[in-house]
Amino acid sequence: MKEIKILGTGCPKCKQTTSMVEKAVEELGLTNVTIEKVEDIMKIMEYNVISTPAVVIDGDIKIKGRVPSVPELKELLQ
Amino acid sequence: MFDWVQQFADWLVYEQFGLVKGEHLAEALNFFFYDSIKILLLLFIVIFFMGIVNSYFPVEKVRNFLSRNKLYGTEYLMASLFGVVTPFCSCSSVPLFIGFVRGGIPLGVTFAFLITSPLVNEVAIGLFIGLFGLKTTIIYVISGVILGMTAGIILSKFRLERFLTPWVKEVLANAQKESEAFEAEQTPFRQRLPIIWAEVLNILRGVIPYVIVGIAIGGLMHGYIPEGFFEQYMNKENPFAVPIATILAVPMYSNASGILPVAQVLVSKGIPLGTAIAFMMGVVGLSIPEAMLLKKVMSLKLIGIFFGVVTLCIIVSGYVFNMIF
Repeated sequence: MKEIKILGTGCPKCKQTTSMVEKAVEELGLTNVTIEKVEDIMKIMEYNVISTPAVVIDGDIKIKGRVPSVPELKELLQ
Repeated sequence: MFDWVQQFADWLVYEQFGLVKGEHLAEALNFFFYDSIKILLLLFIVIFFMGIVNSYFPVEKVRNFLSRNKLYGTEYLMASLFGVVTPFCSCSSVPLFIGFVRGGIPLGVTFAFLITSPLVNEVAIGLFIGLFGLKTTIIYVISGVILGMTAGIILSKFRLERFLTPWVKEVLANAQKESEAFEAEQTPFRQRLPIIWAEVLNILRGVIPYVIVGIAIGGLMHGYIPEGFFEQYMNKENPFAVPIATILAVPMYSNASGILPVAQVLVSKGIPLGTAIAFMMGVVGLSIPEAMLLKKVMSLKLIGIFFGVVTLCIIVSGYVFNMIF
């Protein structure tokens, strides 16, 4: 069971990141995954990131401040 | 350096399209091809270079540096300088603001960073070199840094902590010097490159449509508006030109990359450079969407003071530019 969280206040880059994550999950054929968008700034700050979008996998910040690529995400998710 | 681009544009327009040199359409097209190619190349170079700098010096490092070191009054200058090399997306402004405040960085210093970062960014620099040349770009960058610093210092005098939203005040009360070490990323350059590259393409993809449209409009104006056309309306003697240009510019936003090429043509047709620069700073530096985002952390009054002070500083630098040139 993997828990993916996308931190971002709803900007275009954050939406792009979400679709990248969805694509990576789909291409890997992962089923036991939850994807959650965290848009509340107070919750985002709990992760201590200061540049969004950020991708959190199982509680670890894997990517911050940029839109990741699908191959990169696939590697992180495997 | 760009002679070959001009030769290419000449070849394309005069020989391939068979247009006659000196005609309106020919000149407009020539300008369009020359400017588009030159500017896209420069944008690519500057964004790539900034991407490398940023990969080794991300915003977290900036925050930790400002938070930990005693800077004896230079912190405003440092924050403003960091703003130049750190790319900034207005959607990051809130987390960034909180992150800085939580690290114990004074509000004025945080503002200095928040002002310079969008004002002097990689896209603006690339466009500026292409449109106005290196000298004007350097002057723009330096005045952007001074502007951020000055506005930050002025804002620090207002005791603005009163006007933060309650939950931010709470964050402020619990502020502590960041103790966690920045995870020293030992990633070799070879592995950083694909990430930098992807980011470069991403930024370029976002601005290219605006730049092309801006240059196309600029090209049309270039070919059809007579030289010195605007001088009669917006000359240096008109004391209201700078404030009007600035106030018009503040609400505008994402089309900054489209507005710069147009502004360049306006300057070539007689609008004073200082007036144009004030306008561009207003477009690039402040925007309504940014104000909406900041509402989460600041009261309307504080946003008003923030925008007011920055607008004033922009107007002053517009006048100063007009005096220099």
